Amino acid sequence: MPSQRDDAAAQGPKIKIRARDVNVFYGEKQALFDVSLDVPERSVTALIGPSGCGKSTFLRCINRMNDTIPGAVVKGRIEIDGEDVNDKALDPVVLRARVGMVFQKPNPFPKTIFENVAYGPRIHGIASSKKDLAEIVERSLKRAGLWAEVADRLHQPGTGLSGGQQQRLVIARAIAVSPEVILMDEPCSALDPIATARIEELIDELRHQYSIVIVTHSMAQAARVSQKTAFFHMGKLVEAGATDEIFTNPKDSRTQDYITGRFG
Amino acid sequence: MNEHIVRSYEDELNALTAECARMGGLTEAQVSDALDAVVKRDRALAEAVMGRDTRLDHLQADIERRSIRLIALRQPMANDLRRTVAAMKIATNLERVGDLAKNIAKRTIVLTEAEPMTPLTRSIERMGRLVQGRLTSVLDAYTSSDVERAIGVWSRDDEVDEHYNSLFRELLTYMMGDPRTITACAHLLFVAKNLERIGDHATNIAEIIHYEITGEEMISADRPKFDALYS
Repeated sequence: MPSQRDDAAAQGPKIKIRARDVNVFYGEKQALFDVSLDVPERSVTALIGPSGCGKSTFLRCINRMNDTIPGAVVKGRIEIDGEDVNDKALDPVVLRARVGMVFQKPNPFPKTIFENVAYGPRIHGIASSKKDLAEIVERSLKRAGLWAEVADRLHQPGTGLSGGQQQRLVIARAIAVSPEVILMDEPCSALDPIATARIEELIDELRHQYSIVIVTHSMAQAARVSQKTAFFHMGKLVEAGATDEIFTNPKDSRTQDYITGRFG
Repeated sequence: MNEHIVRSYEDELNALTAECARMGGLTEAQVSDALDAVVKRDRALAEAVMGRDTRLDHLQADIERRSIRLIALRQPMANDLRRTVAAMKIATNLERVGDLAKNIAKRTIVLTEAEPMTPLTRSIERMGRLVQGRLTSVLDAYTSSDVERAIGVWSRDDEVDEHYNSLFRELLTYMMGDPRTITACAHLLFVAKNLERIGDHATNIAEIIHYEITGEEMISADRPKFDALYS
């Protein structure tokens, strides 16, 4: 096994997340079948596929969100930097600080903009002082490209922002705890094209520091923002590879049918 | 292959390919007629070829418009994208072939005013038929999505070059032997050069078809290259 890992490291970018033979069951129903996928470090990996194909299920395995679903059983191994995320000794709260998540609908807390971003660093004890906390909030909002728009109203409710601003606020909240991985589950599906473009621009900036996994229904978005694309169908990983290859010359006919709009 | 869920998209792609195939047929006819005109010293036919060239220009512009529209409105992916880009590129090549045929026709008109040079005309005809055959084969490969046939055209590129090189020497001999033939020979040399370039466009089209169907580029280094002319 170790020699295999060395080979992979020598060939390309470092692997951040390594999933092997992941099977997920929701009670009787099997949602994922033997999924093995590598997520490279500091780049964007897009998961695409029709509804119910298992892409969100896979995403949720990475930060153990499936733990919260009654009857959900996850088998197989998912490692982040070689560490098993399903290790019983690993506190999911600690894991989720390392693996941030952004959802389809922006979900700011019913608190001020400042408190939304300050919440994570505070509960994880990241900030050493009030001043330090204020700096983290400012830096996170700047990285999320929101600072200029909210600097003068940090103490107004986060819920008063527009949809696109709320989504960037949620991203600022996620990066405030300095995660290594950011999971995004259709982060733009509730946004207009301008707000979507801002988020995509942001994703492109963030990928230099974080490993990002994004689930999207927009093929064009996957093509625009990701470097690697994985296509899921009926709970199976059909094909994964460099995004430009997948969208110009996919190897599997199911991938081809899906991305060209031929699927039934 | 499965059909698109959106039927009008399927229709637009099919219309694009059909238009490209139609342009191919017309281009073939132009080359064939230009060659007949030069061989039979048929001035009327040459003029007809020159007059028909604008149809190819219009078709090319139309294919380009359709392709751009399709890319803008449908965002084609994978094989659809390759198909769209291929149509646009093939149309550009065909338009160039049309120009070369038109140029042959133009020179035919000058040649009809000079003394006939039968042996040379025969050599031109042989080379012309070969080029014409390549063009027909590659267009058949396009309409039938036959990648093997496209590769066949692509790998036999050197035959035309050989003909061209021997014709070049033949023309030189004539011009040295009798300087009065220089004008006609110079025109015939251009006719031969035009035919050789039509052959090159057929090779280009073969490469485009290969990319359209397989998604892989052809490696030019694999193709035999015969270039005795400069050696």
